[in-house]
Amino acid sequence: MAQHQVNYASSGGLPVALTTIDKLVNWGRSNSLWFLTYGLACCAIEMMASGAGRFDFDRFGTIFRASPRQAEVMCVAGTLSKKHAPFVRRLYDQMAEPKWVISMGSCANTGGMFNTYATVQGVDRIIPVDIYLPGCAPRPDTLQYATMMLQQKIRRESMDRNKSAKRFV
Amino acid sequence: MFRPYQPKDDVQKKPYYTDRFLVVPELPKEPITEERLAADVAELEKSIGIKESYMMAGRAVVIIQPQENKAALALLRSRGFGQLMELSAIDYLAQSGEFEIFYELLSIERRQRIRVKCRIQEKESIESVSDLWRAANWQEREMYDMFGIIANNHPNLKRILMPDDWHDYPLRKTYPLEGDEFAQWYEVDKIYGKEFRDVIGPENRDPARIDRYDTKRFARLGHEVQYGAEPKEEPTPIQYQDQRRPVLNDDLDPAKSKVLDKRK
Repeated sequence: MAQHQVNYASSGGLPVALTTIDKLVNWGRSNSLWFLTYGLACCAIEMMASGAGRFDFDRFGTIFRASPRQAEVMCVAGTLSKKHAPFVRRLYDQMAEPKWVISMGSCANTGGMFNTYATVQGVDRIIPVDIYLPGCAPRPDTLQYATMMLQQKIRRESMDRNKSAKRFV
Repeated sequence: MFRPYQPKDDVQKKPYYTDRFLVVPELPKEPITEERLAADVAELEKSIGIKESYMMAGRAVVIIQPQENKAALALLRSRGFGQLMELSAIDYLAQSGEFEIFYELLSIERRQRIRVKCRIQEKESIESVSDLWRAANWQEREMYDMFGIIANNHPNLKRILMPDDWHDYPLRKTYPLEGDEFAQWYEVDKIYGKEFRDVIGPENRDPARIDRYDTKRFARLGHEVQYGAEPKEEPTPIQYQDQRRPVLNDDLDPAKSKVLDKRK
């Protein structure tokens, strides 16, 4: 037994890290953001390119999931029509807490150039949005920048999301 | 052919139907001389009677009575026009209180096209041709969806693009482009209910409006702040994870690393 004893004080330091629960949890959350694939229009092409090899979203810990139960971030990429709006809200409600929303592109932000009867004038009329990403369509690196901004936002916030209710209704 | 230039400074203040756009003059109508098309028209004239026929821009056009549309199209189909390329309507309610319905037909073997047109009053309906061409099924549904024209004996006449509970017909000229009140509050009424209209507020219909001090809707690149926080002028640096030093990552120490001269 004495043969295998490790002297922590001398060799490599103690295997102990002091931190707060918030930091530890947010470290985990911000580095494994799983996106719900929500491609609605041409922004979805850029979102797919972000996930593909050249831009490689996986290095952020970002994996696209096809089920809202397994996703944390809803990236609304494209024009949201009024017919589709109730389904966006339903899928958002089906996502497990904690959850965040990136509104990708002009159409999702404000309705964009579709100033018409059939387009929702901004997804923030339906679901609370964390990151608004401008562009028509935004390039994949700007989507990755938006993801990095979302990571910073997650690292700043408290683990206990009940302290700050985000729903506006 | 261009109109003389007129200043457009206050064009937004004028009603939209003033002459903002080039008004294309109607193309000349020529008689149908091609013999097979002329034979088609003569056959139509003999069996059901047509109102007018002419060539316009190289396309044969036949104008018929709306009651005869199915008979005329069946006859043209039997004479080789096997494909229905398009079917829709045009809103002439303001001019004459009528819809114009057109059918674009194509014959592959004859390498010819023909257009059949008819006009109906606003409250009238038209016979469905969906049992002649399967393609007419969805086209007539779209015509019903956008103009409210009912196709009689259609197997499944319901809206195809807009939601089933939509109010009014969007492609009519009287329908406002930004939607009526029902359309503007559609998603709010559907998801939250009418009592939440005051909470959510009306739509912002000016997408060009950008307020750099509105940190709830906009973020200045390089000057990002938290949602709803006070805007600031000093730049926000991009912070990577190792700069904020989370506990489980160490910075790379170049002195401890070793660069290989060559691959093993």
